[in-house]
Amino acid sequence: MTYTIKGKTGEWEIVVGLEVHCQIISNSKVFSGASAKFGANPNANVSFVDAAFPGMLPVVNEKCIEQCVKTGMGLNAVINKYSRFDRKNYFYADLPQGYQISQLYYPIVGEGYIEVTTDDGTKKIGVERLHLEQDAAKSIHDMNPSKSYIDLNRSGVGLMEIVSKPDIRTPQEAGEYLRQLRAIVRALETCDGNMDEGSMRCDVNISVRPVGSTELRQRVEVKNVNSVRFVMQAIEIEAQRQVDLYEDGKTFSQETRLFDSVNMETRSMRSKENANDYRYFPDPDLLPVILTDEYIENIRQNLPELPEAKKKRYIEVLGLPAYDAGILVSDKETSLYFETASENQDAKKVANWIMGDLFAYLNKSGLTISESPVSAKNLGALVGLINDGTISGKIAKEVFEIMTETGKDPSVIVEEKGLKQVSDTGAIEALISDILNANQDKVAEIKAGKDKLKGWFVGQIMKASQGKVNPALANQLLDKKLSEQ
Amino acid sequence: MTTNLTDLHISEAISLLEKKEISSVELTKAHLEEMEKARVLNAYITETPELALEQAQESDKKRINGEKIGRLEGIPIANKDLYCTKGVKTTAASKILSNFLPPYESTVTQKLKDAGTIMLGKVNTDQFAMGGSTMTSYFGVTKNPWADENGEYNLVPGGSSGGSAAAVSAGLCMGATGSDTGGSIRQPASFCGITGIKPTYGRCSRYGIVAFASSLDQAGPMARSVEDCALLLREMAGHDEKDSTVVNTPVPDYTLALTGDIKGKKIGIPKEYRSKDLNPEIAQAWDKGIELLKNAGAEIVEISLPHTKYALPVYYIIACAEASSNLARYDGVRYTTRVEGNSLDEMYENTRTDGFGPEVIRRILLGTFVLSAGFYDAYYTRAQRVRRLIYNDFISAFEKVDAILAPAAPTTALSYEAMQNMSPVDTYLGDVFTTPASLAGVPSLALPITIAQNGLPIGLQVIGKHFDENTVFQVSGVLESLAGFDKKPHHVKG
Repeated sequence: MTYTIKGKTGEWEIVVGLEVHCQIISNSKVFSGASAKFGANPNANVSFVDAAFPGMLPVVNEKCIEQCVKTGMGLNAVINKYSRFDRKNYFYADLPQGYQISQLYYPIVGEGYIEVTTDDGTKKIGVERLHLEQDAAKSIHDMNPSKSYIDLNRSGVGLMEIVSKPDIRTPQEAGEYLRQLRAIVRALETCDGNMDEGSMRCDVNISVRPVGSTELRQRVEVKNVNSVRFVMQAIEIEAQRQVDLYEDGKTFSQETRLFDSVNMETRSMRSKENANDYRYFPDPDLLPVILTDEYIENIRQNLPELPEAKKKRYIEVLGLPAYDAGILVSDKETSLYFETASENQDAKKVANWIMGDLFAYLNKSGLTISESPVSAKNLGALVGLINDGTISGKIAKEVFEIMTETGKDPSVIVEEKGLKQVSDTGAIEALISDILNANQDKVAEIKAGKDKLKGWFVGQIMKASQGKVNPALANQLLDKKLSEQ
Repeated sequence: MTTNLTDLHISEAISLLEKKEISSVELTKAHLEEMEKARVLNAYITETPELALEQAQESDKKRINGEKIGRLEGIPIANKDLYCTKGVKTTAASKILSNFLPPYESTVTQKLKDAGTIMLGKVNTDQFAMGGSTMTSYFGVTKNPWADENGEYNLVPGGSSGGSAAAVSAGLCMGATGSDTGGSIRQPASFCGITGIKPTYGRCSRYGIVAFASSLDQAGPMARSVEDCALLLREMAGHDEKDSTVVNTPVPDYTLALTGDIKGKKIGIPKEYRSKDLNPEIAQAWDKGIELLKNAGAEIVEISLPHTKYALPVYYIIACAEASSNLARYDGVRYTTRVEGNSLDEMYENTRTDGFGPEVIRRILLGTFVLSAGFYDAYYTRAQRVRRLIYNDFISAFEKVDAILAPAAPTTALSYEAMQNMSPVDTYLGDVFTTPASLAGVPSLALPITIAQNGLPIGLQVIGKHFDENTVFQVSGVLESLAGFDKKPHHVKG
């Protein structure tokens, strides 16, 4: 199901590339010792380096290098043994040095790819590069009518900029690419992937071209789109705008636009009089980063299982459907929960419980999976109780509800509430006899060939036993008793 | 006794202090008095007499109580006003930083403090170290303590470390920190008849020194003898985790290199430095130096540094490019002076136009130009390539020789008038002999060798291999003792 835009003159396809900025998880900033923690009081985490005092020098944080290498491996990418820092020069109040330290010429990570699965199947989206750079500070314009405030806490926090190739052809692919990327950085613990807190930010490069053409037309950059859904919407809207312009015979320039999710439009950012010339040049304060084979191998050996590999394992070893596997690996907490819950249990059933009752409950209560009152171990135990016949699936729903309220172990709940399934044939037979005796008219009807009424009897049996009778056993014993009548 | 105290070498003062024949308070007071008398020279931007006396008292107390003392305990020195000093105004001789009080101390000045030195104050420099005359300082020119032929103090001390050179030469401190980007220690040393060394790039930490051109800036000492420079550099040098360009190798005891013996050492004489335009008196001084080294048993070898003629333009492209970026942080937003405007851009424009002097603005514009799209490859990239060739020149030369001897400056100290009548680019020619070693990152020491007919000192420089300051000191020590330069500037003679 390829994505095209039907215009007056023909069909158009979209050409999209994403630039994603991921804030690196590290204790301190990329070039200073100040804390990189999010959410501190304004200007609390600032060193003289971050504030660009005279004579202050950047010193690279090795942890950030390691995080980039890890992420590069997650992107199936080339790790560059030689990389170097460059200065990107421009003036802004939230850029204390007057330049951003980045990597233009020699990034730490080269080409790679992310595999995405959409309605069109599985596809590799190319990654052009990943480079390490420092974040700018934050300007706050809405605290005072005539002044702007600057919070330097973010100044110098390590960022990985991950640039995709223009391989994306549908909004869904863009969304999946972002989801996969987020799953990868979360699994590797290199970025927390919170788009709403800005620790993962996305710029979208969009152009359109007639279907069948291979040209790359004028592109437009839509900046700072802060959710997966908005990225998909922004692509649709901006692509449509470009198609409309082309079809009206108009042209447009390479520009930067903003996505307005309220009015569902993209808007030109105030274009600066002078096009920015960033005057990149190698930062003389920093030495090149040289990585040894040993260093790289050591990181590779200690890499946790990546979402893509995990997904394959869930499908091939545990027999989960691809869709379920995809959801379970999409974030680290969910897959951890699943793995704990399915230990020594029927993985497929556990997956069903997680994606069904558990997700429904968490959604309703606004909780994340790590806040779930039902622990992974207890959910696994619940599936175990069903599988060994201790309780029926119906009772299990009841037990689950109590678990969400109390957080108790399911076997304790079953014990306390006396919900154990009755498998004592003598007791069940007696119960059936009573029901048959009380309903001789219906027994006669069955004898006359109205087999459907058996179901009514099973229902009565379940009702009388408050659901505790094993349904299969009830059926079997009912047949036996009926034949004795 | 007091007058003599300001004539002492650091090495001499150390032994007098050790023998308790003098106290640090006496030594410091003598210098403070001299500073007061020499205000006409305008060597200091900020004098810190109270702080100095307090430190000197502490120092004497430590010595009397037998506490652990530093290797330069009680020695009064001055710091170039490019070094950030905690709680003491640090201006880089600019208006834009004229009120800046650093909340931290530079690594080099901290090391000197830890060694027991007493800081007398902060000395003048060209604004942001950009210049060779100290005339670009926002705080006025510094006068060379050597008078002109009419006995007037009308000469520049050189620059950018002109305040340091003048103060050392006139006895307003026993030694001073300088910094050298393209000759800023060696040229003023030569103009003022003193000694100064630009160590190997990566020898001293740049942390806390207001940056001019990061790939070239290097801290170094200035003093009245080779030994004093060795004593100071021994404390200033060394690894610093706050500057990744400082090399983590042990700092040798440079004083041990002063053996007085250079028999068999091969000294290179670069033929490219002996151009047709070379001032004959400078050439004679150079020949004198060659002769002295030969007499001391050194082998003189003619060498070639073929890319020398490109050093000056390459230097100005690279230094200005880096400066244009390094000085972007002085934007009126945080700690600098600020001139308001109707928009952020206007505030930047007003602040920087007002806060920077014309030479600084010229270099920022030049640097911005050479890094601009469309010009980058033609200027910056090409300059970097030629820099590599200049570096290679030195590497090949040092396969044949142990050290190189060359003039430190093409002239003796010039007058203000002469400087003012020169175009800015002509003033850059004063760096012609010093920029090659800067671009190559090799150590180079300038020392006075003789007096010209105009009565002014002429200096030579001894250039060594990367991180081989020892040989530089060894050769310079011999040259110093054989030259026997003992002339004092007119200001000192009174």
